[in-house]
Amino acid sequence: MTVAVIKPTTVSPTASRAPGDARTALLFVAPAMLGYLVFLVWPTLRGVYLSFTSFDLLSPEKWAGLDNYRRLVNDPVFWDSLGVTLQYVVINIGVQTVVALLIAVLMHRLTRSTALRGIVLAPYLVSNVVAGIVWLWILDTQLGVGNEVVEWLGFDRIAFFGDASWAIPTIALVNVWRHVGYTALLIFAGLQSIPPTVYEAGRVDGAGEWRTFRSITLPLLRPVLSLVLIITVVGSFQVFDTVSVTTDGKPANATNVLQLYVYDLAFDRLQFGYASAISVALMLVLTAVTVVQYRLMRAGRSDLG
Amino acid sequence: MGVITLITLFPFYWMLRTAFSTNTALAQAPASPLPVDFSFGGFLRVFGLQSTEDALAEGGSGGSLDFWRYLANSVLVATLVTFCQVLFSAMAAYAFARLRWRGRDALFGFVLGGLMIPTVFTLLPNFVLIKEAGLVDTLPGVTLPMVFMTMPFAVFFLRQFFLNISREVEEAALIDGAGRVRVFFRLILPMSAAPVATLSILTYITAWNEYFWPLMVSYSGSSRVLTVALSVFRAQTPQTGTDWAGLMAATFVAALPMVVLFALLARRIVNSIGFSGIK
Repeated sequence: MTVAVIKPTTVSPTASRAPGDARTALLFVAPAMLGYLVFLVWPTLRGVYLSFTSFDLLSPEKWAGLDNYRRLVNDPVFWDSLGVTLQYVVINIGVQTVVALLIAVLMHRLTRSTALRGIVLAPYLVSNVVAGIVWLWILDTQLGVGNEVVEWLGFDRIAFFGDASWAIPTIALVNVWRHVGYTALLIFAGLQSIPPTVYEAGRVDGAGEWRTFRSITLPLLRPVLSLVLIITVVGSFQVFDTVSVTTDGKPANATNVLQLYVYDLAFDRLQFGYASAISVALMLVLTAVTVVQYRLMRAGRSDLG
Repeated sequence: MGVITLITLFPFYWMLRTAFSTNTALAQAPASPLPVDFSFGGFLRVFGLQSTEDALAEGGSGGSLDFWRYLANSVLVATLVTFCQVLFSAMAAYAFARLRWRGRDALFGFVLGGLMIPTVFTLLPNFVLIKEAGLVDTLPGVTLPMVFMTMPFAVFFLRQFFLNISREVEEAALIDGAGRVRVFFRLILPMSAAPVATLSILTYITAWNEYFWPLMVSYSGSSRVLTVALSVFRAQTPQTGTDWAGLMAATFVAALPMVVLFALLARRIVNSIGFSGIK
């Protein structure tokens, strides 16, 4: 990568308005804009276009109008996988938000140690693939130490990844393990912006731990929490890696999340047109989710003026 | 807090404990807290240093992981993605934050629009694009789209910091006859070292851990990265059952570089993760 070096143009303090600025600006934004257009804007438009065609990667696409969308509405596998994905999102977000809040508040109230923050962040450093494989081993039905514990507690061994009703909650919790520290740090950053005087005032009024959390921390954290929620919800709808390396959609489509279905349609059956239609549907869902959450966030503006 | 720390760290310990055991012994003592029948076999299998007979005898698949090659691919991809993404976003962020030109705000709004597109949405069309360009199963094919897929966020993130650098310093340099390019590299970038470093590290970790995109575009060892190699290694299950010792050795070695990188730079990242939504 070489950076073009241009002759320095002498500029006066008011140069910000000089015509030279436009040329310089063009030079500065060119690489980013070019890549943005080629690898993000163009693929997005094309993805939407392909969803109206019968593209199969091997022959030129034919216009198919709304065929893919008609098929989608009548496709039980699609609705099934949307349901599976929703189940995953609800468990993942519910548990992750509560645990992340707990960790963030504990870190905020009890400790200033950077080491602890580092430990909490450790799982975020490994890939979803590694996280999936490690937990697959820990929770293995025959040899997993997790199941040794389950047995020791007096229950029967559980096929965490092999049982249709356990698989999605298990995968959701594996991803909580991986992401919760990162989420906690984001919330922690928000906690640090709450002025200590507010807490002192609460203490003077005789508020206990729980009351302080409910009446001071939560309301003031609302903007931060909303933002974190938008990020995590949008992220968890796109779950793929962990499922792909553990159950790969099994048993009997019980963990067939949307992205897995899209991947399967495109790369195993070469139905790129239909796979694109499902991607568009997911994008619409996510846009709706974001807009709704953003509205709620605006409604719940923090009381910190 | 103790419980949280335990659950957080236990899998890392279990990875190591399993990696140093042999598969036969693992089956007999699944809950032993220490490695059972201590052995380097798992690691030897990962690095392809074990003869096929030995590997099969120890419950390996005999299929080796061409580890050094995948490691080199991962390092190359993550380094290139990070370097290009951070440099290009910083340059663009500078133009959006510090220069005045017609259409600036409209164009910035257009870039922010990219934040609304879910990352996975562009994967399929990007695959088609890379295929047309004849770059499937090549390192440039894996790398190029990854440089730009999360770029809007990086531009937005850095622009926030550039907006806050004092104008006087920059004006003084310009009066002294320095050009914009020089001001950017000599002044603005060094003054924003902390956010630039944070963004770089997060981008590096994300690129290193990326799985979905490389899975789509690489078919062979020439462009395969570690995450994909791991899932292939996991799929090569021998007849006798999964080679857990080998698999745990592989995951450990794949996770180690990021843990070391993080340990070296932890203080900086942990204290400066503000609002960054890189997921």
